[in-house]
This record gives sequence, C-alpha cells and structure tokens, in this order.
Amino acid sequence: MNPRMRSLALTVVCAVATLVAVAGPASAGTGGTLTVYSGRTPELIQPLLDEFTADTGIKIEARYGDSADLALLIDEEGDQTPADVFISQSPGATGYLDGNDRLRTIDQDIARLVDARYRAADNSWIGVSGRVRVLVYNTDLVKARDLPDSVFDLTKPKYQDQVAVAPTNGSFQDFVTAMRELEGERRTTKWLAGMEANGARAYASNSAIVEAVSRGEIPMGLVNHYYAALTKAADPSAPVENHVFANQDVGSVILVTAAAVIDQTDDRKLAQRFVRYLLSKSAQTHLAEDEFEYPLARGVKPLGDLPPLSKVDAPQLDLSSLGGGLLRTRELIAESGLEQA
Amino acid sequence: MTTTAPVLDPVPAPLASGRGNARAPRPLVVTSAIVAALFAGPLLYLAIRTVGFGSNALDVLASDDAAGPLLRTLLLAASVSASCALLGTGLAWLVVRTDLPARRVVRVLLVLPLVIPSFVGALALQAAFATGGLVARVFDVGTVPRIEGFWAAFGVLTLLSYPYVYLPVAARLVALPPALEESARSLGRRPTEVFRTVVLPQTMGAVAAGSLLTFLYCVSEFGAVSLVRYDTLTLRIEATRLFDRETSITLSLLLAAVALAIVFGERALARRRVPIEAVGAGRRAHQATLGRWRVPAVGAVGVVLLLALVAPVAVLAEWAARGDGTRFGGTGDAADLVGPVLNTVGVSTVTALVATFAVLPLAYLTVRHRSRVGGAVNALVVGGFALPGLVIALALVFWVLGTPVVSGLYQSFPLLVFAYVVHFGAQAMRASQVAVSGIPTRLEDAARALGAGRWRRLRTIELPLIAPGLAAGAGLVLLATMKELPATLLLAPTGFNTLATRIWSASESGLLARAGLTALVLVACSAVLTWLVTIRRMDRLAH
Repeated sequence: MNPRMRSLALTVVCAVATLVAVAGPASAGTGGTLTVYSGRTPELIQPLLDEFTADTGIKIEARYGDSADLALLIDEEGDQTPADVFISQSPGATGYLDGNDRLRTIDQDIARLVDARYRAADNSWIGVSGRVRVLVYNTDLVKARDLPDSVFDLTKPKYQDQVAVAPTNGSFQDFVTAMRELEGERRTTKWLAGMEANGARAYASNSAIVEAVSRGEIPMGLVNHYYAALTKAADPSAPVENHVFANQDVGSVILVTAAAVIDQTDDRKLAQRFVRYLLSKSAQTHLAEDEFEYPLARGVKPLGDLPPLSKVDAPQLDLSSLGGGLLRTRELIAESGLEQA
Repeated sequence: MTTTAPVLDPVPAPLASGRGNARAPRPLVVTSAIVAALFAGPLLYLAIRTVGFGSNALDVLASDDAAGPLLRTLLLAASVSASCALLGTGLAWLVVRTDLPARRVVRVLLVLPLVIPSFVGALALQAAFATGGLVARVFDVGTVPRIEGFWAAFGVLTLLSYPYVYLPVAARLVALPPALEESARSLGRRPTEVFRTVVLPQTMGAVAAGSLLTFLYCVSEFGAVSLVRYDTLTLRIEATRLFDRETSITLSLLLAAVALAIVFGERALARRRVPIEAVGAGRRAHQATLGRWRVPAVGAVGVVLLLALVAPVAVLAEWAARGDGTRFGGTGDAADLVGPVLNTVGVSTVTALVATFAVLPLAYLTVRHRSRVGGAVNALVVGGFALPGLVIALALVFWVLGTPVVSGLYQSFPLLVFAYVVHFGAQAMRASQVAVSGIPTRLEDAARALGAGRWRRLRTIELPLIAPGLAAGAGLVLLATMKELPATLLLAPTGFNTLATRIWSASESGLLARAGLTALVLVACSAVLTWLVTIRRMDRLAH
C-alpha cells in the first residue's frame, strides 16, 4: 500500500468509527415513545421535552425544522408518518394538514384549558403560546409622541420612508390575512398600496428588521413583539422599543404557536398527554421566560415587563381563517408591489 | 486554439486521450444505468406530481409566477458563472503557477468561502456593509445604499461560489505537464502567450466544469437570493410550497428542465474541446515570476479574501462576541458543539467518499464512450444539483416509504448520505470527468500490451493520475454537505444535529451570538478537512 492509499484507508476508518460512535442505535425508553415534529426551534422546545421525559419516563424523539416544510413532510409521509404531535409556528401549517385530513381532534377537557379564541373551533389544533404584532422603533430616531395610533396611519406622509416590513414572512402574511378578515379586502388592498407608495421598505425577515432598526438603518418596522426583548437581552444598550397599537387595531393582532395531534398516531392518549403538558403551568412559564411569549393557558401570567394579554387591546379574530386565506393574501401582497419595495 | 500552435500538441489528438467511440463494456453500462436510475428519483417524483395536476400545470407555466422569475434566475446564474469563471481561473493560476507570496496558505483560504452557508454569508455581508454596520462604523460613513436586488445577488453569489471554478482549475493546473509550457517557452513565447495558447486550452475543461456547477448552484440557491430579495424561481417555489402545491411543484419541474437543458448543452460543447494531457507525479511545474505584477496580484487576492472570507468571518466573530453572557446573549455551552462537529465531519466525509466512487464508473462511461446512455446518465446526475434540497428530500420520502423493501431505511443515516449523494453527486461527477479525460490512453495501451489486467491498470496507472481531480470533486461534495440544511432537517436520524442545523436553529431563535460561534466552528472544520482531503493531495502530486 502506498502512502496515499494508506491515508485514504485511514480516513475511511476514522469516518466510519466516528459514525458508529455518534449514530449508534438509541436505547428504547421504558414508558413508551412519542415522536414530535416541531416548527419551533430546539432552543425553545427541547428543555420542555426533557422535563416531560424526566416527569413521565416517556421518551420523546424530536425533529425540528421549518413549520411549512414539516407540514409537507407529514403530508408526504401519509399513513407511515412517525409523527404523533406537530408543533407549528402558526395555525397556517396545522390548517393545511387539517385540510388534508391529517389531524385528529383534541379532547374538549384539554382544549378548554385555552380560551376559545386561541384554538380551532373543531379542536384540530390548540394555541400553546401567543405573540403580538407590534411596531418596533429606534428610540434615538423616534419620539414616543410621534408614534402612530393605528397601523393605518403608516400610509400618511409623516411616515414616508420610515417603515420596514417583511412581505415574505409568515407572521406578516398572517397579519395581512387578519386585516382582510377584520377590515375587508378593499381596505387591505388600499393599505398595502399605500405602504408601497409611502416608501415602506421590504426586508427578508422580522429579525432582519429589528437588526436594521437597532443599527438606525430605518426608524421603525412591523414585527412580532418578542424580537425587541431578544435583541435587548443580547445587547441591553440596543435602542429599540415596541409600540403596541391600541383600540383593537389590527396592527396588534395576536398570533399563536399551534399544537396538533397527528391522525396516524399509534397512541392518541400519549399524544394528548403531551399536549396537556404543553399547557401546564411549568411548560407555559418556560415558554414565557425563554422566548418572551405569551402563555395561553388560563391562569398563567406573562413575564414581568409584558402587559398581560387581556390588557392588550387586540381585535377578535378567528385564527382558523389564517390558513385558508394565505393564497389570496400572497396575491394581494404581490400585486401591491411591496415585495419589490 | 491548437490551430495556432500545432507544434505544441505532442501526440496526435485521437491518441491523446479518451473521447473515444469504442463500444462501452457491458458491466460499465449496467453499473452506470443502475447508479443513474437511483439519481432519477427526484425528477420522476416531480413528473408524477405534475402529471397529477393535469392542465393546471400549464396554467402555472403561463402565469406571472413562471416567466419573470425564470428570466431572472437565468440572468443571475449566467452572469455569476461568467464572473466565477474569470475569478476562479485567475486565482487558481496565481496560487498554482506563480511565485505569489504565502501561496501555500492562500490556496486553502481561497476555498473556504464555499463553506459559508449562503444565508449566513448574505446576512453577514449585508450586516457588514449596511448603514450603521461594521464597515460603516470602522470607516465612519453615514448612510450607505442597501445591499439588495440583482447586483447584490450577483456579488454575494460570486464571492461565495467562485471556489467551484477555482478548485477544479487548480487541480487541473497541478496535473498539467510542464513539458507543454516549456516547449512553448523554448519557442520564444511570452508568458501571456504561453497562458493563452497552452494553459488556457488545457484548462478549459475544468473551467467549464466549474462554471456549470456554479450555474446549477445559482439556479438552486435560496438563502442568499431571499435575503437580498432578488425574485428568482426558488423564491416562488418556497413561497407557494404549502398553500399552492401545484405552482410550487410545477415550477420545480421547470427548474429541473432548465438544468437538464444546460447540462446537455455543456456536454455538446465539451465534445468540441481540444484533448487534454495529464502528467504523473515526479516533476515540479514551472512557476512564473510575477515581478512587477506582484503587488497588483497580491492586492487582487487580498480583496477577494477580504470580501469573501474576512468580512463574513468578522461579522460572525462580532456576533459571537456580542452580549453579556446571559442565556440569550451568550454563545451557549461550547461543549454542546462537540456532537454536531463529529456528526458534520463524519457524515460529510462519508458522503464525499461515497459520491466520488459512485460516480467514477459514470465518469468513465461518459468520457470514454459516446453513447446515448452516457448523455442521459450525465444529465440525470449533474442536473440533480439544481433542485432545491426540500424537493430532493420530499422525493426520497415518497420513494422510500412507497417501497416496502427499503422503507426501514427511512430517516436513517444511510438514507441521509444517499440524499446528499443525489443532491451533490454532480460536483464529484464533473471533477471526475475532467480527471478521466486527462488519462493518456497510450499509457494504458502500453500497460495492456505488457499484460496488466483492468483492475491493476486502474490501481497503478489511472488512480494516481486522476487522484487530484477526484480529490477536488470530493472536496466540493464535502463542503456542500457540511452546510446542507433542508434535506438534513427532514431526513437525518432523530437527534442527529449538524453544525448547519445548529446555525439555523440559533439564528431562527434570534440567538445571533450562538449562531456566529457555530458558523465560525463550521468554517474552521472546513478549512481542516479541505486541507486533508484535497489540498494536501494536490501538493503531493506537485512536488
């Protein structure tokens, strides 16, 4: 064997050894196993899963990914999906699965832990945590008294070239769908066109907007409430604050993370037990503390600085409407030209 | 080009190397057909789904979702591959064939931009050059224009993907017989003339191979184009994937069709190229003296490294250093990265080896023998690179779960490696083809005349000759696998974290410090592996 062949062989041996070491067969749990597909990241969810396993002895196999990708995966897996529970960033992806008959309804005694506004009417999914749409602003560039009363004010000359939006982001699209539901399609179309005409600038995501606002690249932007808190947790001197619209303005609509039980689950009881656990006081508190989200189970209070959800003067919205309306919303946004702004 | 210098062609073209017409041996055809059939899965899946939509698919192709994004995709891919061809070839020549200072270090550094995941690279470059960003603060400038649209996509993708050209061309230059250039010089040719009449024609195959990979990469790219908001086909496929499956699937098939057409076109062009010459180990290639070009050359390499590597890495380092060490601002426990590092290194090394050897018979078939099977095999393998990772993953779900014999492999390690090989095999394929076409058939003929069997010839003559080319291909597959995300998330065994999935989840959670540190670790691992797998082998051959 010449040296080159020898080093090649060595590389192969090392690689295989590594793989055997890291990808060895997992030992089976004692109290059963549950497979969870999660559109929320492991940073947020994994501690909850570990706690559940520690409490119950039930082992959880978790797969993380983008909510829409995981919904497509579950749909493609069909009858053979290993997934028992799906946690989605928004009711849109659970709505898609419900439409394809991939979900199983959750029992009423679990569903009623959450206010009826934050779950599907047929209990096909249940809200686990909430986020409020807000206007994030740079405190060095914008005075509090100059902030708008309504999201509809943002089309006025006063806010020309001042506002960042994320037209391709799921939460922004959910917000526009909510606007269509609550204010009608005509007013929504007019608002989108008005934003474009008023020089609103498009960014790729909520976090890109908050980064840009924090740098002073643009004075304000429409995002979810927790990004400002996350930015300030990393850098307390960051000059960003949230502005929550009052008077049930659609600009501050409440969106939720949804949990659903997959139709093909081989142990519905176990799957429901896990959903019930997500709504327990300790899990809800964890969600609130780690991502500054709103707990949705009755009787659990949000983190210190946040106004309680009941004090957020948010509009009433049927969240199930978000999934079905998305296609039309995307058309309206595309027609407005806001994506090219 | 050889018509201007017939003297330089040391052997008559038909004898030089293999674009032969000999009938392919049956075992080679059968092996190739089996491998190619495995590569055809994603395309067949798209075809089955699209046919299911019936006439609606035609409506999609006629809609606004198709024409504009398709044109933008083609414009971007064509211009980026052109600029990468220039940049990659120039850089490869500088580090392999000149006395450029510090070239041993520089040749590793120049490969590294390839490993920066495109969304991280674009985000970092945007952050570096934005108003209030790193560059604006260092140089104290106020408002700078936003990095977005065509020029931003063009710039970011050129900086991140020129190594697709640089690596195969550098491998080719290392293997180029010094005798060709020496005879040209002895005829009184100036260095620029030698480059134009000898080096360039002999490296064209590698340049074309790299440019094709760049083109296909740009066609499939999503992370960077979405951040700079350049509206290509992949953006439409992504935006419609859940609520408008027909549009998403049909546009994916359109993307695949474009890729196949490009691959067929490139193969037709490749057949007209001059035969190329490889060389065995033992002789050191001539190195041009840069002289007064030394400063501009160092400057050019410096600017590329500054923009493509230093700027993104500086931003990542700034993210990693940010924060007050709290749960949110901190970088997380560094020990948590050991598992992902081992997983990433292990799976990408295995994938690189499997891909390299899986496509080797296909490379022989497509280079040595002119056959219809060869054309189809080439298109299937190379075209797979243009499809989005999500499409490849869903297609494999469809095939594996629908085939009872193999359904037990679902979400297992072998299936993950298989998905990577289908996705990135093109990179090994093109590099191997360039390498195989450089084997002088007269060497083989001599060996055969002396009674050496097929395996002995392969081991003692051909493998040593094609090793640098194979290593370059393996290096490309390795780097691509290390940063792959969508297929990894859907198909990896449960709990199998890679550095790429960690970067994704950290940045998705808004934990930029953690994402920055993890990305830095990814770049460092890639540097080590690239040196081990690719560069070191090239060096050994050159000395």
